[in-house]
Amino acid sequence: MENQKVKIVSRNLNLWYGNKQALHGIDLNIYENKITAFIGPSGCGKSTYLRCLNRMNDLITGVKIEGEILIDGKDIYEKDVDEVSVRKRIGMVFQQPNPFPKSIYENVSYAPLKHGIVKKGKECDELVEASLKSAGLWNEVKDKLRDPGTALSGGQQQRLCIARAIAVKPDVILMDEPTSALDPISTQTIEQLMIELKEKFTIVVVTHNMQQAARVADYTAFFHLGDLIEFNETEKIFVNPKEKKTEDYITGRFG
Amino acid sequence: METFTNNNKSTKIKESLIVYILIAATAVTIFTTFGILFSILFEAIEFFKMESFWYFITGTEWSPGVEGAKYGAVPIFTGTFMITAIALLVAVPIGVYSAIYLSEYASNATRNIAKPMLETLSGIPTVVYGFFAAITVAPVVVDIASYFGMEASFNNALACGIVMGIMIIPIIASLSDDVITSVPDSMRKGSLALGMTKSETIKFIVVPAAMPGIISSVLLGISRAIGETMIVVMAAGVRANLSANPLEDMTTVTVRIVDALTGDHAFGTPETLSAFALGLVLFVVTLILNIVSVYTIRVFKEKYKSSNL
Amino acid sequence: MKNKVNNKKQNKLDNPFYDPSLTKRHLLDKFFKSLSLSALIFSLVFLIIFFTDIINKGIPSFKQAYVQVPITYSAETVADSIYAVEEKYETLVSRAWFRDMPAYVEANPTVMNKTINEWVLADDEVDQYLKGHNNTLNDDEIATLKELQALGQVEQKFNVVFFTTGDSKIPENSGFYSSVIGSIMTILVCMAVAFPIGVMTAIYLEEFAKDNKISHIIEININNLAAVPSILFGLLGLSVFINFFGMPRSSALVGGLTLALMTLPVIIVSSRTALRSVPASIRQAAFSLGLTKWQVVKDHVLPIGLPGILTGSIIGMARAMGETAPLIFVGMVVFSPDAPSDFLSAATVMPAQIYTWAGMPEGAYVEKVSGAIMVLLGVLLSMNAIAIYFRKKYEVKWQ
Repeated sequence: MENQKVKIVSRNLNLWYGNKQALHGIDLNIYENKITAFIGPSGCGKSTYLRCLNRMNDLITGVKIEGEILIDGKDIYEKDVDEVSVRKRIGMVFQQPNPFPKSIYENVSYAPLKHGIVKKGKECDELVEASLKSAGLWNEVKDKLRDPGTALSGGQQQRLCIARAIAVKPDVILMDEPTSALDPISTQTIEQLMIELKEKFTIVVVTHNMQQAARVADYTAFFHLGDLIEFNETEKIFVNPKEKKTEDYITGRFG
Repeated sequence: METFTNNNKSTKIKESLIVYILIAATAVTIFTTFGILFSILFEAIEFFKMESFWYFITGTEWSPGVEGAKYGAVPIFTGTFMITAIALLVAVPIGVYSAIYLSEYASNATRNIAKPMLETLSGIPTVVYGFFAAITVAPVVVDIASYFGMEASFNNALACGIVMGIMIIPIIASLSDDVITSVPDSMRKGSLALGMTKSETIKFIVVPAAMPGIISSVLLGISRAIGETMIVVMAAGVRANLSANPLEDMTTVTVRIVDALTGDHAFGTPETLSAFALGLVLFVVTLILNIVSVYTIRVFKEKYKSSNL
Repeated sequence: MKNKVNNKKQNKLDNPFYDPSLTKRHLLDKFFKSLSLSALIFSLVFLIIFFTDIINKGIPSFKQAYVQVPITYSAETVADSIYAVEEKYETLVSRAWFRDMPAYVEANPTVMNKTINEWVLADDEVDQYLKGHNNTLNDDEIATLKELQALGQVEQKFNVVFFTTGDSKIPENSGFYSSVIGSIMTILVCMAVAFPIGVMTAIYLEEFAKDNKISHIIEININNLAAVPSILFGLLGLSVFINFFGMPRSSALVGGLTLALMTLPVIIVSSRTALRSVPASIRQAAFSLGLTKWQVVKDHVLPIGLPGILTGSIIGMARAMGETAPLIFVGMVVFSPDAPSDFLSAATVMPAQIYTWAGMPEGAYVEKVSGAIMVLLGVLLSMNAIAIYFRKKYEVKWQ
């Protein structure tokens, strides 16, 4: 925790779904080029909090947010911040792989072309190749880039979604239970990928699987009923949790 | 111990009788289809005994009832085609964009006003649309045309096409709304999470995904337009006119069918029987359009395994 | 001002999320939304223009001109009624009045040998003149009319004729009534045939038929029938009911049967949906009590599905009421001065009457068509409203 650069800071973040408060005063640091995992039982608010980081909760009607989330020092909930611009820099991978009904190539090239990151043609081809390589998918699809993205297996689709997120050249990649819909081998591949990716990106992953957090994450945050109970280096959380609730969860007393 | 003979014989007989009655009722629809097919086919064949089928399909002169009458239906087909095309030019953009607004932007309050509004459009009897086309729209077209120094007939195809297009809007809007709504939300979220705006998501992800359904709705609209009678009978012309100018008067398949069977000619002459030949073409074409439409939407349904279509 | 500009610059420098390339995209975004909304508004605007136009054209039809002139009742005038009025009034009075005058005298013998100021139906050209439309009155006629107006002997009364008489070659004497009766009778025949057959078919397909190829073919057949252009049903009616079975042309019977075949698919589809929405648990509970299939359907499924079936039928009925094309071929576009006396005599229906009047040359018919359209639309909108109210009231929400 010492001398680590902070990428994202939330200060007293509260969120309501209508009248029901789902997040209570979350203060949390996300460190650059590290993997931070959010763990906790179902309904604890970890996915909700994740979605606050790229303002995806704005899309849900009836949501009210108070507090600050600062990315590189700027509160993204301030009025002069364009949420589209936020999402350019904070990418997201979802629980269910959701490739577009387009070719593999187009899945990856769609957003960068629109953002003007690359021009059509050679520049774009290179970006697609690099992104697919970073996602560990290139060798499997390089001969069938024009095939539909939906024709891939579940694990491949998820890696395609990761490649798609990488292609936009974000700073942070948010992952909402990225492997819970996948088989063990695909899960392993993606966990390996996460560790490789943190060199270039800051990764935040929500997982309901504690072992996954233990395997990949540098830092872990434990959520419970909308509160942040404990946050620490992963090893410290699992070996020596400070809070009783954390200990109970980790030892499987509730789940 | 008594065996389980709950139903005695008379109940069983009564039950089977009822089932037979139900089957008989169901058979009515089958007989109807055969009835339509054969009644049209029978008379159409009589027509083609007298007049050349090949010329009917390819000939460009339609002049019945005179010496050396010719029955080339191409100008009639082009008339139908022209008016249908104009109708689609009106109905497709308005229908699809309306559907986009309804499914992507509209609040519940807006939907509760807009849906009945579209249903009203589709509930207006076609004879009323025909009156409106002939008495209100056609003169306006004539006026506007003469303002630009062009001459338009009072039976111009443009007026018919526009009103017919308005009649079709609900068909396209309603079905497109259903398919766009059933595109999975995960796709939209994926696009927005990449930093795309809502309209970009709709244009490049949602609408292409819904395309089979939208195409299906357009095919249904075409089928409806081709078979529409009253609007064109009241506002379009009766002379077969092979022209590309929508300001001119031209006739359609349905108008000629009405004309052929409501004139003073005896039943059994080529003139009256031409109605059945045209009817046969109409039947076959609308049937094909409907089959393709249903098939297209089945492909879409399977793709997304949604159940609200 | 200077401070403001500096602050703006400051903001842009401070804000790592300031991205000018997005401005254009956001503008396009707003434009796209407006474009979509305008498409929806187009339909709304059309409806407003349309209804305004029809109502403007149609409201005048609910008033009809009457003039009060001295009528001489005598033996001579009964013999030739044209002499019952002064010559200058001849062209201002409706031909219909002249035609009916002798019968009136016969029914009211007390007026004989008297000269009475009577309110009589005015000629349609008088009516058109008073309403400010094109008319064929010459200067003399207009002068005479103005005289009468000065004496208060010209009035526009509620157009009872429109609602109580049938069609007529005399515009001012034309009414919508016979076509209304014709429509009612035709729809009665239509529903008497289509409703039972349609519901029975729906019951068979939903509850009894096995899921095999034949039932699939039947389903496809019904769906295709629903999309067949209505004009082809007219050809069917002509060939089968009139030519083959020899039923009387132009009768409510033939018209109703033709419409019935056309309405069947609609009723079948909506009835099936209604039956399908009855939960399986109801059927299972009834079966477990040892009831036969038909008893289950009749006593348990059908009552629950009935509101939905009725809603669909009302909507189908409304559609049938507005149809013209198929009825053209079975001869229901006829001149129908009297309401049909039975189901076998010549009749016309509301949309066919509209079609006939729309083709009449006299200017007076434009307003009559519009008035008739108002009546027809009023009937259809009410039927749809009843159907929707029905659907909402009896909608049972299953868990």
